[in-house]
Amino acid sequence: MTAALTKIYVPRDTTACSLGADRVAVVIQQHIEKNQLPLEIVRNGSRGLYWLEPMLELETEQGRVAYGPITPDKVDEFMAAACWLRSDQHPLYLGLTEDIDYLKRQQRLTFARVGVIAPTSLEDYCQHGGFAGLRTALAMKPQAIVSCVTDSGLRGRGGAAFPTGIKWQTVLDTASPQKYIVCNADEGDSGTYSDRMIMESDPFSLLEGLIIAALAVGADRGYIYLREEYPLAEEVLNRAIDVAYANGYLGKAIAGSNFSFDLELRLGAGAYICGEETSMLESLEGKRGEVRSKPPLPAISGLFGQPTVVNNVISLATVPIILAQGAEHYQRYGAGRCRGTLPFQLAGNIKYAGLVELAFGYSLRDLLEDFGGGTRSGRPMRAVQVGGPLGAYLPESQWDTALDYEAFIEIDAVLGHGGVVAFDDTVDMSEQARFSMEFCAIESCGKCTPCRIGSVRGVELIDKICAGKAPAQNSILLEDLCYTMANASLCAMGGMTPIPVRSALEHFAEDFEVDAGPASRPSPQA
Amino acid sequence: MGLASNSPLEHENLVERIIKELQDLPGALLPILHRLQDELGFIPPALLPVIATGLNLSRAEVHGVVSFYHYFRSSPPGRNTIQICRAESCQAMGSRALEVHAQRALRCKFNQTSADGEFTLLAVYCLGNCACSPAVRVGDEVYGHVDAAKFDSLVAALSTSEVQVK
Ligand SMILES: Cc1cc2nc3c(=O)[nH]c(=O)nc-3n(C[C@H](O)[C@H](O)[C@H](O)COP(=O)(O)O)c2cc1C
Ligand code: SF4
Ligand code: FES
Ligand code: FES
Repeated sequence: MTAALTKIYVPRDTTACSLGADRVAVVIQQHIEKNQLPLEIVRNGSRGLYWLEPMLELETEQGRVAYGPITPDKVDEFMAAACWLRSDQHPLYLGLTEDIDYLKRQQRLTFARVGVIAPTSLEDYCQHGGFAGLRTALAMKPQAIVSCVTDSGLRGRGGAAFPTGIKWQTVLDTASPQKYIVCNADEGDSGTYSDRMIMESDPFSLLEGLIIAALAVGADRGYIYLREEYPLAEEVLNRAIDVAYANGYLGKAIAGSNFSFDLELRLGAGAYICGEETSMLESLEGKRGEVRSKPPLPAISGLFGQPTVVNNVISLATVPIILAQGAEHYQRYGAGRCRGTLPFQLAGNIKYAGLVELAFGYSLRDLLEDFGGGTRSGRPMRAVQVGGPLGAYLPESQWDTALDYEAFIEIDAVLGHGGVVAFDDTVDMSEQARFSMEFCAIESCGKCTPCRIGSVRGVELIDKICAGKAPAQNSILLEDLCYTMANASLCAMGGMTPIPVRSALEHFAEDFEVDAGPASRPSPQA
Repeated sequence: MGLASNSPLEHENLVERIIKELQDLPGALLPILHRLQDELGFIPPALLPVIATGLNLSRAEVHGVVSFYHYFRSSPPGRNTIQICRAESCQAMGSRALEVHAQRALRCKFNQTSADGEFTLLAVYCLGNCACSPAVRVGDEVYGHVDAAKFDSLVAALSTSEVQVK
C-alpha cells in the first residue's frame, strides 16, 4: 500500500549547511512525519551554485527541479506550498536543475557527479559511471595507465601545474619494495573550496583516483592529508573509506584482482605550509612541518624515504574520467599547454559565488561577469586575487587574460588552484599587501631567513610607507626585500609572497600614499 | 571534547591508553596529539614527557611538534571555541570589521578566553566557506555571511550564562 516516495534532495555540504541546510532537512522531516507526505529526503552534496543554497531539488518525471534559496525561515512556507504536487508553482522555483544557466554553461568532467549523488552511496556512484576508470585500469599494464595520464595532458591542480603523468612515471621507474600515494587535501588557499566539495560531495571519485594511482606506480599504501579545518569532509571521507573497505574497493584483492591497497586519512593541524608537499611529508612522519630541500624529489625519496606520488585532490579525482573515457577525450578540452578543465571557485565580493568548472581558455572576465555577475555589494569591482594568498591582485586592465597557466605567468600572476577572490572599490590595497606579508610571517615554517624574517620586515616597511615615513626610500627597500624573498627562499611560501605585494604596488600605487587612508575612499558596506 | 576530569593521574592514564592504541601507526605523533586534544580540549604540557617516552622521542622533539602547529594548544579553551576567518575572501566581505566587533563583544582578544570562560576566540585562515564570506566556525559548525548582528545572535544562542553583547 505504500506508494513510491518522491525524492527531495537537501544538500549536505559545508557551505549549504553554513546557510542552514541541516536545519531545513530537520524541518522537512518533521513535515513529512506529521502530515505523512509521500516524500523521502536524500542528502546530496552541493551543485556549487552557492548563492542559491540551501537549494532543494525535487524528483519529477521531467527530471530534477530546483528551488532556492530555501533558508530555514522559508521552509515552512515552502512545505505548505506542496511543490511535490505541482512542481512549478513556487516563487523560488528555478526550473530543471540541469537547465540552470550557470550550470549548463559549464563543462563538468571532474565535477560530473557532484551534487547529483548521495556522497557515500556506492550504488549511486556506480550508477553514475563510478569505477569505470578503475575497471579499465585493472585490465591495463602499469605503464599503459601512466601513459594514459601523461597523454591526457593533466597537470597538477594543487597549484604548481606539474604534469601528473610525468610525476607518476618517475615513481613507476624508481624500484622499491615500498611506495606511497599521498593525497594533498590541505586546501589552504583562501578563496578555494573545490577539494572540499569533491571530498564532501563525491568522495569515491577521489578514492578511485588514489586506487588507480597506486595501481599505476605499484604502491600499496596511501594517505589522505586533510586539513583540520574541514570537519564535514573528514566525516564523509571516513565513511566513504569504510564503505570502500566493506565492499572490496580497498584492502586486499581490490575489485576481485590480486592488487591490494590500504588507505588512511590523516589530519593536519592548522598550518598553511603543510600544503607544500615536502612539509606535508614531514608532518605525516610525525614531525614539525618544515620544508625539505629538493632534490631529492618526493617521487624518488618521499614519505619515510620511499618513492611517493603526492597529488592534489582534484588531480586525483580527475584520473577516473581520464581512464574511463580515454586520454584523447580529456585532452580535447582546453587550450595550448593547458588541457582539460579547471574547477574555478568564485569567492569574495561576488554576486553569484560558486564552483565553475570550465575548459582552460576562457577569460577571467567571462568568469567575473558572465558567471559572477559583478560584486555582491553592487559597487564597482576593483581588484581580483587569483590563485590564493600567493597569487597576484589583478586590476580591471588585466581581466581579459586567458585562464591558462602560461598566460597568467606572462602577467606575473598565477592560476594556482583556481580560486578567484573579488574585491569592490572599498578595498585598501595597501592593507592587502600588508596582509600578504603578515600571512607569510604567521605561516612561515621558519627554515629560511628571507621568508621568516623578510616577511616581518615587509609588514614594517609597508606600515612605514603608508604612514608617510620616507616613502620613496622605504619603497626601494621593499622592492629589494621582495627581490630577496623571491630569489632566495627555499620554497614558494617565501618565494611567491612578493607576487601579491608587487602586484598591489604596481597596479594600485595610489593606495600606498599617505593620505590614502580609508577616509579618502568610499566607506565599506555595512 | 569529552571527559574533562582534570586530575593529572587521569590525564596520564588517558595518554598512556592513547599511546598504546596508536603507537604502531607510522608517524604516530600527530594522531596521538589529535586524539588527546579531542579528549581534553588541549595538550597538557605535563604529558609531553609521557608521550616522548612512549614514542621513543626526546621531550624537545615532542615540544617542537606541539608548538609548530597552530591547532594544538597547551591550555584549556573556553566552553566554546569561535574561529573567525581572517583570510582574503572574508576580508573582501568585511571580516576586518567583524574581527574588531567580535573582540569587543567578547571582551577578549584573539587567542584569549572571555572572562566568563564561555568563549575562546581564535583566528583561522580559510574555512573553505569563501562562497559565503565572512565565515565563522564554532566547534564543528561553520556559519556563512556572518556580520556583527549574526555574530551576536550566534554568541547569544551559545551562551549558558547571561552575556552582555555590547
Ligand atoms: C606554501 C605552499 C602551500 C601549498 N598548499 C597546497 C595545498 O593546500 N594543496 C595542494 O594540493 N597543493 C599545495 N601546494 C602545492 C604542493 O606543494 C604540490 O605541488 C602539490 O600537492 C602536488 O600535487 P599536484 O601535482 O597534483 O598539484 C602548496 C605549495 C606551497 C609552496
Ligand atoms: S620559504 Fe618560508 S616556508 Fe618555505 S622553507 Fe623557507 S621559511 Fe619555510
Ligand atoms: S614548487 Fe612546489 S612547492 Fe616549491
Ligand atoms: S577565506 Fe574565509 S572561508 Fe575562505
